[in-house]
Amino acid sequence: MRKSKALIFEMGRTGRQGYSLPSNDVPDKPLGELLPDKMQRSCDLGLPELSEVEIIRHFTELSTRNFGVDTGFYPLGSCTMKYNPKVNEEAAALPGFAFMHPCQPQQASQGALELLYNFEQGLKELTAMDRFTLQPAAGAHGELTGLMVIQAYHRHRGDHKRNKVLIPLSAHGTNPATVSMAGYEVVQVPCDDRGLVDLNALKEALDDTTAALMLTNPSTLGLFEEEIIPMARAVHEAGGLLYYDGANMNAIMGYTRPGDMGFDVVHLNIHKTLSTPHGGGGPGGGPVGVKERLIPFLPVPLVDKKNEEFYFDYDVPDSIGKVHAFYGNFGVAVKAYTYMRMMGAEGLKQASTDAVINANYLMSLLKKTFYLPYDRICKHEFVLSARPEKKKGAGAGDIAKALLDRGFHPPTVYFPLIVEEALMIEPTDTEAKETLDAFAAVMEMIAKDIDEDAEKVAHGPYNTVVGRLDEVRAARSPILRWEKES
Amino acid sequence: MKYNIIDGVKYTRKHEWARQEGSIAVVGLSDYAQDKLGEIVFVELPDVGTEVEAGKGSAVIESVKAVADLYAPVSGTVTEINEELLDQPEVINSDPYGDGWVYKVEIKDEGQMSDLMDKPAYEKFVVEEDEK
Repeated sequence: MRKSKALIFEMGRTGRQGYSLPSNDVPDKPLGELLPDKMQRSCDLGLPELSEVEIIRHFTELSTRNFGVDTGFYPLGSCTMKYNPKVNEEAAALPGFAFMHPCQPQQASQGALELLYNFEQGLKELTAMDRFTLQPAAGAHGELTGLMVIQAYHRHRGDHKRNKVLIPLSAHGTNPATVSMAGYEVVQVPCDDRGLVDLNALKEALDDTTAALMLTNPSTLGLFEEEIIPMARAVHEAGGLLYYDGANMNAIMGYTRPGDMGFDVVHLNIHKTLSTPHGGGGPGGGPVGVKERLIPFLPVPLVDKKNEEFYFDYDVPDSIGKVHAFYGNFGVAVKAYTYMRMMGAEGLKQASTDAVINANYLMSLLKKTFYLPYDRICKHEFVLSARPEKKKGAGAGDIAKALLDRGFHPPTVYFPLIVEEALMIEPTDTEAKETLDAFAAVMEMIAKDIDEDAEKVAHGPYNTVVGRLDEVRAARSPILRWEKES
Repeated sequence: MKYNIIDGVKYTRKHEWARQEGSIAVVGLSDYAQDKLGEIVFVELPDVGTEVEAGKGSAVIESVKAVADLYAPVSGTVTEINEELLDQPEVINSDPYGDGWVYKVEIKDEGQMSDLMDKPAYEKFVVEEDEK
């Protein structure tokens, strides 16, 4: 197979054409008569000149380099892309949804509004929250929205002292960034030797400047915070609120609910929980749910129902305002709602069961070969440490590259930070036992390769289009667009 | 020992070092820290005049693997920063105790310097860290 690294700009030959324009049927007019000099381009356009078949081959070849959950196993812990059933796409492509205009009058959008309304009811039931906004376009966007709601709540009560948000070391990576973005100060809470939040350290960190605790439960270590009830009580007693990062909600659907644990605000990463596209690749969705006392601060509009008619409610005087154009990514809501209804309550619970069983099965296979620092029953994901391999000469990053060579997407590496040389693995609910076995077998092979010739592993990958990229140069002086050699 | 641990500087448990020069402490990252971080691509320095507090974040070091805080070994006022690092942060990797110094601070409390680890104590600490 052809594996060219050439850019399309480097492939053309002067004079080659992919298309011929028909002869002009109106009289030619010199450009100078139509445009003033200063608006005319004086240099060459610099477009590549290629034949049609060359262009088709180039882009078709590029398209085969995509790796996604539709082409292979993708255990990218915490950021995992769950398989998106194609029925979601069919529903979102229904002409009545796909060809709607966001400015269409309410009377002509009743079906779409009803879907948003029902989707919200489903999310409320799933999380034990009292109201949701569907506007945020992704998880991190939801986090910011949620913190802004918390901020509005404290300010509305005239409590202006609260300028800190507590975040455990095992938190989801976006949390500290969100806290800074919202203008708060980050206070880190350590974990104990079980990998769980240190309850005493949390209590010590709480005071009248605490705006909220942001918590991912289960955490990025894939561990369920068993002391969540006393934690919630302590935060509430200090006057703070509890923010639930729903990144890992896919592990607990139907078993427990953030609202029942004491959380006041929740965002859901619906790419993982409800099988929609990822916010990073998008368009995505990150609905935010709140408890009763925070409803007045939610973004406008909310979708409501009066006399059997659905409508947008803009009458929310203390709202933080809008966080997305129109009503969020409507098509994504259609996909998530479709998944919810196709699965049903029992099906969603089964998805969580399967996610947890798959993770524990794969963990039990891999811990025979690799070091598992927090060796307990996990939820949806687990974190290995490649520290022993690193000492032999090839660490987590090298193992990731070796996986690429063998056709697997690597797990998340070097995160969470509390595990050195972390390999964070999340298989998700839809993978078959055979896939997990194949992945574990390849991981064992890589461990063997490291024992035999770590140096070789440290210089991979060997079978990919490009090998080791210069990460330092990419971070420090990235070349973001092609420029013609002068 | 795999890591270069030198005499004449004091070390923190977070792997920073501080070298006293009169009333000033020169601050940087230990060889162990730069090795664990990997190739450093970006450094965020405090402004001259900033008050730093022992044990609190005082500069940000970004590598291809992670973003890490540099915790101040001692409290005091920043008197000078190593602006070379803005263009060449990789100097921390190649010369952590020399040209890779990060900032200088006017020491507020001399006692804090003596609380830090000397070479033998830090060597022992690093061996323990590595074996954990």
